Amino acid sequence: MSDRPLPMPTDDTKVYWESAKAGKLVIQQCSSCGARQFYPRPFCIVCLAEPMDWIEASGIGTIYTYTVNHRPANEFMKDKTPYVVAAIDLDEGVRMIANVVDASPGDVKCGARVRVKFEKASDEITLPQFTLA
Amino acid sequence: MSTRTEVAIVAVAESDLGKTPGKNAAQLQAQAARRALVEAGLTLADVDGVFAHTEGIYPSLLMTEYLGVKTRYTDSTSAGGLSNLMHVVHAIAAIQSGLCEVALITYGSTQASDASRRLGGIPEDPRSPRSQFVTPYGQMTPLGYYAMAAHRHMYQYGTTSEQMAEVAVAARKWAQLNPKAYRREPLTVDEVLASPMIAEPLHVRDCCLVTDGGGAVILTSLERARSLRQKPVRVIGAAESQSHHFTPLGVKDWLDTGVSSTARAAMQMAGVTHDDLDVVQIYDHFTSGVIQALEDLGFCKRGEGGSFVTGGRIAPGGSLALNTSGGGLSYGHPGMFGIFLIIEAVRQLRGECGQRQVRDAKVSLCQGASLVFSAQTTLILGRD
Repeated sequence: MSDRPLPMPTDDTKVYWESAKAGKLVIQQCSSCGARQFYPRPFCIVCLAEPMDWIEASGIGTIYTYTVNHRPANEFMKDKTPYVVAAIDLDEGVRMIANVVDASPGDVKCGARVRVKFEKASDEITLPQFTLA
Repeated sequence: MSTRTEVAIVAVAESDLGKTPGKNAAQLQAQAARRALVEAGLTLADVDGVFAHTEGIYPSLLMTEYLGVKTRYTDSTSAGGLSNLMHVVHAIAAIQSGLCEVALITYGSTQASDASRRLGGIPEDPRSPRSQFVTPYGQMTPLGYYAMAAHRHMYQYGTTSEQMAEVAVAARKWAQLNPKAYRREPLTVDEVLASPMIAEPLHVRDCCLVTDGGGAVILTSLERARSLRQKPVRVIGAAESQSHHFTPLGVKDWLDTGVSSTARAAMQMAGVTHDDLDVVQIYDHFTSGVIQALEDLGFCKRGEGGSFVTGGRIAPGGSLALNTSGGGLSYGHPGMFGIFLIIEAVRQLRGECGQRQVRDAKVSLCQGASLVFSAQTTLILGRD
């Protein structure tokens, strides 16, 4: 696991990563204009209000698009090929990148519904992942 | 541009291409710069603006030092593969505002000899947005995003892998007419589809090559250009747009790359329509990206790019002379291709392209893209 590239949280992303560790997917919502944004930033990039509120997402979304990697992007992914990387639109309206796991790559389609699943990657980091719903 | 100083490209040159072991990127850039200066009948003492891009940092200052020139304007704008097209836009502004008179633009890379193309992209700070929210998932950069956009294009419009392969086949046919092209052996649609899958739906032969190489472009005022050795090629239209770095999560429609706005603006500035474009150079990092760019450039409607490229329309003898050098797919791709779009367009407009020459080419469009559909630049070049 040591050679897996993992995030180093910053003070504006700490809540996201700590929530993931606790099995919750959270996103930012502006306390002033209501805009939601991903990834987390220290203020609202629509209206400049700060700080941002955090809301728990349903964890349900739709695959906007995806690819199936037949070559690994890094050493860690070497024995994972072929693996799916997808752009997922959460029902709350933000887009994120994750793997679609526990599915045959051939079953993954644009427009498919997905549900969040948490993958412990290290003692510090748990990655939100998705399965076909 | 009519009320301001008109600016022209007075020289273009490549360095050694293909595999250049024993050379570094600065040497390749300097080699191309020397060839361009000699072609124009200029000396290093004439150069007072240096614009450069490589994978290293502060590249324009490195070139200033390496060539021993004294500049009063410099620009290392770094926005990926199209950076040299942006340098052209910035050089025009600098020349028009009197900040420099002779602008030297360079690029060079030893990516093939270094075996330095990384499927995961250049490593960066683990605190960056990409490192936190994309890299852990094993996304290839930039390939993964273009593969994703291609899948979306297939889903929305029914575009096929065969249609994407047509782009690679057409590029190869042009390359067969270019003695400087790196890959010149015949290529068929079936061979593209049979080449190893990298990131679905893109196969190896849907992706640009990995080569070494460099290039140089020199600009000055049209007035001065007319006293130099080569026929001037005027820059008659230019427009840029930028929207993100490596994490395009705020972009809702990944098939809307920003090309349509830069194309419209540049063509309007140049006062040309599609019918006026004799030869077109589109940054062909991936076959699917060319289909998308053709749509957004307005050669066909959104969703019709797949059928547009079939039947040899963009191959030699087809109705649209596209990527006549063989492009990044077959001529070569030393990490960043922008400068080679300009070099080929200028040579076509000067009528120097031998077997692949487009007859009486008067106007050319160059479309540059970078990173993960992050930035776009359109240039329109015209014969003096």
